[in-house]
Amino acid sequence: MLGKLSWAAIPLDQPIPLFTAALVGVVIVGVLAWVTLKGWLPYLWREWITSVDHKLIGIMYILLAMVMLLRGFADAIMMRSQQALAFRSEGYLPPEHYDQIFSAHGTLMIFFVAMPFVIGLMNFVMPLQLGVRDVAFPTLNSVSFWLTATGALLVNISLVVGEFARTGWLPYPPLSEIAYSPGVGVDYYLWSLQISGVGTLLTGVNFVTTVLKIRAPGMTLMRMPMFCWTTLASNLLIVAAFPILTATLAMLLLDRYVGFHFFTNEAGGNVMMFMNLIWAWGHPEVYILILPAFGIFSEVISTFSRKPLFGYRSMVMATMAICVLSFTVWLHHFFTMGAGADVNAIFGIASMIIAVPTGVKVFNWLFTMYGGRVVYSQPILWSIAFMVTFVIGGMTGVLLAVPPVDFVLHNSLFLVAHFHNVIIGGVLFGAFAGYTYWFPKAFGFRLHEGLGKASFWCWIVGFYVAFMPLYVVGLMGMTRRMQHYDVPEWRPWLLIAAGGAAIILVGIILQIAQLAISIRRRKELRDETGDPWNGRSLEWATPSPPPSFNFAVLPSVEGDEAYWGMKQRARQQAMPGEEPPYADIEMPRNSPTGFICAFFATFMGFALIWHIWWIVVLAAVGAFATFVVFAWRDEVEYVIPADVVARIDRANRTARGETFALSGTPS
Amino acid sequence: MPARSDGLPDRDLLLPGRRSTSARVAQCAVLLAPIVLTACQPAVLDPQGTVGIAEKTILIDSLAIMLAIVVPTIVATFIFAWWFRASNTRATYLPNWEYSGRIELIVWSIPLLVIMLLGGVAWIGSHELDPAKPLISNTPPLEVQVVALDWKWLFIYPGQRIASVNHLVVPAGTPIHFSLTSASVMNAFFVPRLGSMIYTMNGMTTQLNLRADAPGTFHGLSSHYSGDGFSDMHFEVEAVSAQRFAAWIDATRGMGPSLDAKSYAALARQSVNTTPFTFRAADPGLFQQIVTQQLPPGPGPQTGRPNPSVSPQTED
Repeated sequence: MLGKLSWAAIPLDQPIPLFTAALVGVVIVGVLAWVTLKGWLPYLWREWITSVDHKLIGIMYILLAMVMLLRGFADAIMMRSQQALAFRSEGYLPPEHYDQIFSAHGTLMIFFVAMPFVIGLMNFVMPLQLGVRDVAFPTLNSVSFWLTATGALLVNISLVVGEFARTGWLPYPPLSEIAYSPGVGVDYYLWSLQISGVGTLLTGVNFVTTVLKIRAPGMTLMRMPMFCWTTLASNLLIVAAFPILTATLAMLLLDRYVGFHFFTNEAGGNVMMFMNLIWAWGHPEVYILILPAFGIFSEVISTFSRKPLFGYRSMVMATMAICVLSFTVWLHHFFTMGAGADVNAIFGIASMIIAVPTGVKVFNWLFTMYGGRVVYSQPILWSIAFMVTFVIGGMTGVLLAVPPVDFVLHNSLFLVAHFHNVIIGGVLFGAFAGYTYWFPKAFGFRLHEGLGKASFWCWIVGFYVAFMPLYVVGLMGMTRRMQHYDVPEWRPWLLIAAGGAAIILVGIILQIAQLAISIRRRKELRDETGDPWNGRSLEWATPSPPPSFNFAVLPSVEGDEAYWGMKQRARQQAMPGEEPPYADIEMPRNSPTGFICAFFATFMGFALIWHIWWIVVLAAVGAFATFVVFAWRDEVEYVIPADVVARIDRANRTARGETFALSGTPS
Repeated sequence: MPARSDGLPDRDLLLPGRRSTSARVAQCAVLLAPIVLTACQPAVLDPQGTVGIAEKTILIDSLAIMLAIVVPTIVATFIFAWWFRASNTRATYLPNWEYSGRIELIVWSIPLLVIMLLGGVAWIGSHELDPAKPLISNTPPLEVQVVALDWKWLFIYPGQRIASVNHLVVPAGTPIHFSLTSASVMNAFFVPRLGSMIYTMNGMTTQLNLRADAPGTFHGLSSHYSGDGFSDMHFEVEAVSAQRFAAWIDATRGMGPSLDAKSYAALARQSVNTTPFTFRAADPGLFQQIVTQQLPPGPGPQTGRPNPSVSPQTED
């Protein structure tokens, strides 16, 4: 009846996951109770859960990413403390637990922190920057989000019901095959990623269509803000790469569930095939994450330097070059497989070539600051920290791309330090820059500056203290994923690294405090203008938060830096221009399709993991029926009357008109 | 002086091979500022074998080439960010400056030139240091067959017809040719002080050539995660003189069990933290039988909570 599931699947003998789960359970029940008592459930259902508004979906993506960041960081703290303690001892985490922690850490941080964070930012910002009302397929967007949330939920269920994968964040066979990992851990991994992977692929399709087909009048490709270009590149990569991931994981699922032999030791299975396939997705994946971050830095550095982005065309070229080249380098993840000198050398050089467009980007950001007036606010602090940190991470990356160097550093903590150097220093700093930059746009008030800066310094110092020692132990020959060790020279460095993690912890606590205090003091931090940073692209032309329809009248773009140009013209006339003719606006109706579909997908995933076949069938039918119902809907859109649009837009114009009148001449 | 692989560009230019120690230290301090304190400690930077020495040279050279561009970039970032701060009234403000063909040319050229240089290093280095390439030496290489088991290392000496678990004894100065495979899951064989690592995979053989230049004891380990017992998959490599090596062979032949299909099957079962021991006799065809899977791959976990199909556990 319940497949492999029984009470014995709950690890009652392990206090750490049990205690964590109890704590999380109490928090969830508490929040639900609070929300219900306050009578907010209908509001949440109507305005958020069923929303197809790209802005709200974007915010929910980021919220998911932040919550998962806490979980992933808890794993990180446990790993660092375990390695600090486990010198000639077992530490406090036995291998079967420790192995789950590092696997969950990697899986969560990549798939459920970095991905939702950048997708959330793209969701929120890209349609606004393009000057349009929503993405191409709004309901699909909601489906994407909820499927991602399903994946995250399944990973977290594994904490208390059964186990998570003990294979590392990429489940290399044959270790991940049924013979060597007969437990449910790998199945949790596989189904979480299959379900959320569908969501990500749909996002890719959605965003590529949006950027290519739906732009404001006059917004040609070469007038798009840099962030839209990087969004396009990143989503092209999603469309091209995620099917590879899905297919690879599907093959592993076939091996595990129905006795296929794609990657097994027996019957002609080939593990090298898995490694090639998974990295054919895995390497583009890192560019899927970093390209949007590059876009954010481009926006932030230009805005806070009070200058246009230097070498825009070069930047576009570099972005698209990275997009294409990222597919030609996957083999550098396994130089040590013994492929032979020619193959290694070619892939090594191909990997290095990516450093050229990336280097160009760094120089162009540098020259964007040159001749600027750099205003030190939180977003630019993250950006400058990124430029310095990422250059170091890029350098160690190119070092690892030299095959003979990789022969002694592959899989070592040097590698771990390298990819944290680029993912934290690049993707995460980018996400934080974007978060602090666009927060006032999303909510109408700024984030507290002092706490933000304090948090920034903790993060940056903590990062260097935590990861520079890992470079050193890597050079000492320490490999990754060790539950314990007995080499005395490694220990001091691992102790320092644990200290670094503690400093980052302070940074995270300060970020939470910043959010809480900013919400409490939102009146003081209020931004009435909708343009708190003197921005240059169209999202700053809308009120904060933007109305559901974004723009009362689709803006007409007449040059690069659309909103900057409008402001210049308005300043010259000391008024925001003629009032446009307002018309009714049709917007897509909210739809529970995404949520219901994900509800069924959660049950389906869980039942597949535990071999409860009747639930699998019911849930599959349910999810399919949801789509059918959606496809047969009659009412697609609702109308916002012209007078409502006019009222909202006039308020926005008045607020802006004042600033234009005050500023007078263009600065 | 060990033979070093030739043809690596700029090695002599950037790291004048064997000058005085003080000159080298000074250079280390400049080149490796962040890790200067340990520049001569870490295993990878203190190699004791031909291969490792060549790899360290490439590492340092590549790093130096890149630091030549990375350090100025970082410095420029700080200078630009500071000088052009909004409160600095002496800084010129160029609100519309967004393009300069000359600068564009430079920013594309600099990384391109660096990568061309490094690409040359990578190409030559990959060929010189291909793990499968035999080392040039007057001494014929010692053959060692390596089998990664869950979770211990089996070293078979086919020429000497003995075998050893978690303990590798080699003659210093003699090239060692390793043929490697795995009994079950993937692992990687790595002795940081000697140089290159290489994967071990079931049903396949990989090749690796290393040499210890002088007698010594080195830490070896698996550098590819392979499951619960992975952390204990380390071993000692003893590089000894030819005479002591011969003596060790003789002593080994005099004691311990013998390695055949049956004792191999027992050894292939999962076990953690195996104490090193030796086999007085080893079937020289065994390695081939493992690679061709005439001997079946090692079994996975057999127990679990509540059973292996939910959460497998490792028997000690």
